[in-house]
Amino acid sequence: MTRKTALIQGNEACAHAAVYAGCTFFAGYPITPSSEIAEVLAKELPKVGGKFIQMEDEIAAMAAIIGASLCGHKVMDASSGPGMSLKQELIGYACIAEIPCVIVNVMRGGPSTGMPTGPSQSDVMQARWGTHGDHAAIAIAPASCQEIFAETVRAFNLAETYRMPVQILMDEIVAHMREKIVFPEPGELAIVTRQAPFVSPAEYKPFDTSFGDIPPLAAMGGNYRYHVTGLNKAPDGFPTTKAELVDAEERRQLRKVEAHAAAIEKNEEYLTEDAEVIVLSFGITSRSARFAVDSLRQEGVRAGLFRPITLWPFPEKRVAEVARKTRAIVVPEMNLGQLVYEVERVVKGSCRLAALGRVDGEPITPYQIIDKVKEVL
Amino acid sequence: MAFNYEKYIRPGKLPHIWCPGCGHGIVMKGLIRAIDKCALNKNRTAVISGIGCASRLPGYVDFNTVHTAHGRAAAFATGMKMADPGLTVLCVGGDGDGVAIGGNHFIHACRRNIDITYILMNNHIYGMTGGQFSPCTPTDGFASTTPYGNPDPVFDIAKLAIGAGATFVARTTAYHATQIDKLIIEGIQHKGFSVIEILDCCPTSYGRRNKYRSVVEMMKQHKELAVPVTAAAKMAPEDLAGKIITGVLHKEDKPEYCEQYSRLIEKVQEQAAAKG
Amino acid sequence: MAQRYEIRFSGAGGQGLITAGIILAEAAAIIEGKHAVQSQSYGPEARGGASKSEVIIADDPIDYPKATLVNACLALTQEAADKYAHGIIDKGVLLIDCDLVKTAPQGNFTLYQLPIIRTAKEEIGREIVANVVALGAMVALTGIVSFESGEKAVLDRVPAAFRELNKKAYRVGFEKMKGIL
Repeated sequence: MTRKTALIQGNEACAHAAVYAGCTFFAGYPITPSSEIAEVLAKELPKVGGKFIQMEDEIAAMAAIIGASLCGHKVMDASSGPGMSLKQELIGYACIAEIPCVIVNVMRGGPSTGMPTGPSQSDVMQARWGTHGDHAAIAIAPASCQEIFAETVRAFNLAETYRMPVQILMDEIVAHMREKIVFPEPGELAIVTRQAPFVSPAEYKPFDTSFGDIPPLAAMGGNYRYHVTGLNKAPDGFPTTKAELVDAEERRQLRKVEAHAAAIEKNEEYLTEDAEVIVLSFGITSRSARFAVDSLRQEGVRAGLFRPITLWPFPEKRVAEVARKTRAIVVPEMNLGQLVYEVERVVKGSCRLAALGRVDGEPITPYQIIDKVKEVL
Repeated sequence: MAFNYEKYIRPGKLPHIWCPGCGHGIVMKGLIRAIDKCALNKNRTAVISGIGCASRLPGYVDFNTVHTAHGRAAAFATGMKMADPGLTVLCVGGDGDGVAIGGNHFIHACRRNIDITYILMNNHIYGMTGGQFSPCTPTDGFASTTPYGNPDPVFDIAKLAIGAGATFVARTTAYHATQIDKLIIEGIQHKGFSVIEILDCCPTSYGRRNKYRSVVEMMKQHKELAVPVTAAAKMAPEDLAGKIITGVLHKEDKPEYCEQYSRLIEKVQEQAAAKG
Repeated sequence: MAQRYEIRFSGAGGQGLITAGIILAEAAAIIEGKHAVQSQSYGPEARGGASKSEVIIADDPIDYPKATLVNACLALTQEAADKYAHGIIDKGVLLIDCDLVKTAPQGNFTLYQLPIIRTAKEEIGREIVANVVALGAMVALTGIVSFESGEKAVLDRVPAAFRELNKKAYRVGFEKMKGIL
């Protein structure tokens, strides 16, 4: 049997993957360059009995998906810079109330309206620290249409597994370029369904940690009746200011990701084993980097590529390992220095480190990376 | 036999945070009696709120309850109702929460005519943060941020809701306790977006600053200013100035949002089936 | 690093050049089983302005999806020619609409000229198919996909009612180009 293939945009791949992953509720607000995700889901979700709603604003879109997720749906929202700034309020709500949801950010430059139609990678730190207060974060940055499909499915799985928001960071090029993708058959990619409560409704507490750090979330409207708040809460879901309870809750929420970092992290390494210089790069820029690495190898420079697919949690152990075996790491990114500081924190001076930033709305070219590598060596 | 509120109050969650004299407790009891009268299944009922004094109500009542973020109750509720159209969804909250920071969500929920009942307790003030003025603080009224009197005009919540497309809009006051039950029941039974504005008293943050000697005086004023909508229809506009028109102000039948979307799904699936 | 063939379609927004790029990429990737990436850059305007659509075709997976060294370029307007007809390799090719591009870009490439818009308007009868005329011409000029693959990709994309019109536009574009090669 020949599998279904198509030449589609990254945004389209993302939307189709959401349906594959079991998403049955999307709420959004129109914003360039993410709108195709909403457009495809407006068409596709009703076919599978799912719901699409265009809300009155970006905040409302987040609110609606959290509400629908509480009712047991797998949910998604998609946006870009200014919209992401607005959503931070309720991303925080989804963090503290531990509501599974997937949020796609097709990054544009900024701040403010910035450059809506130009590519950017300048929301790396927003994805980690955008909402106020301590919180855990998972963010994934795919680099091809096929990978967008797979990683969108994984984003839903992570959101449901760890009961938290997961962000997918794309850029305008990855989101709008068209590549051939082979649609996975049903069952080919693993799909995680939300863990049902282990106890009876009478015993259920929405933040009960007696079964581990990730308490099961019951669907509202079923047999389980409970309370959810954005205030610091006790295991029963009701607000508390008791110091020991608040402290335990805050620490547990960070632990959900820290303790499972190995299972969440995903990287691709290309010719890093013997590399004297490593280009560490994600998203569209990693494709320039791969071109550059091949060109440099042809010239006799032992270059390699380290591509974090999961940006948060940052693959700090592995990056520290490769840093010890190489002379230099070059970090090209379409911003003026974000991921490079995370690399610096992890590398701790064990090799040379150079940043290459670009924010003029054009992608970093392979030649810019080649020049930077030569400058560093 | 006296009404048994305990059936609906979560054990161990009282006393509530509301001040003596605050009308929110009156509204909560009215809401409970209305839900009881409608014989709603607790598991199939959700009470959603934003932030503020009134928005603490969901914590006390034994339903599915979501205390959301400031102003966002209607947007969360829209997601829940859309996700599970069979669920009875009620929103509760105050004036600042509902029509200032949440104003956009409020008017669009009205526009969609989604089957949610929104109980808005209008006490003319931000109580929880210490008495700052709201869009419903009377012009020239005093609040912690209007030390020289309020220069702002006032939002007419009922008119706003009607203009935005809500299909059931009613008003009463915390004094008119039995009317609260009646209007909430009617709101729940109405298919579409229902708004019940309940003028409420905040003796601590509003009354104290605006020369009300006691909450009794505030309640009395509500009693005296209230004019039933039927009586108001026979009065001249100048006689109605400063009055509170109570009762069902607007009711109409229009397509409900979730039903419309269900029809859309059916249509899409029929077309898909026809195509094979 | 794949052996890349890079094609750039440029013109004004609304001329359908993004669609032309998509059809070429589909012919290469879906019909001929090669690897292809199509991308575009665009401004806030839906119509007018200068727009470009790039297609990279290779036998192996493609890393960098934007043009690096353009093998073949199309420019349908003067603004597009001025803005986008650059980066063409030595011995590369540039096709311009000779009615609309009065000042042809200079470079170490071979310049070809066809009245593409006029052909669509006068010979096919619909200016809207100028992009398909251009596609036919670019397929003839580059030989990067076969005539048949290009034609099939065109027909797979257009609604049934417009198949004959587009088939003709594609064929006429292809033959006009062959005529001057």
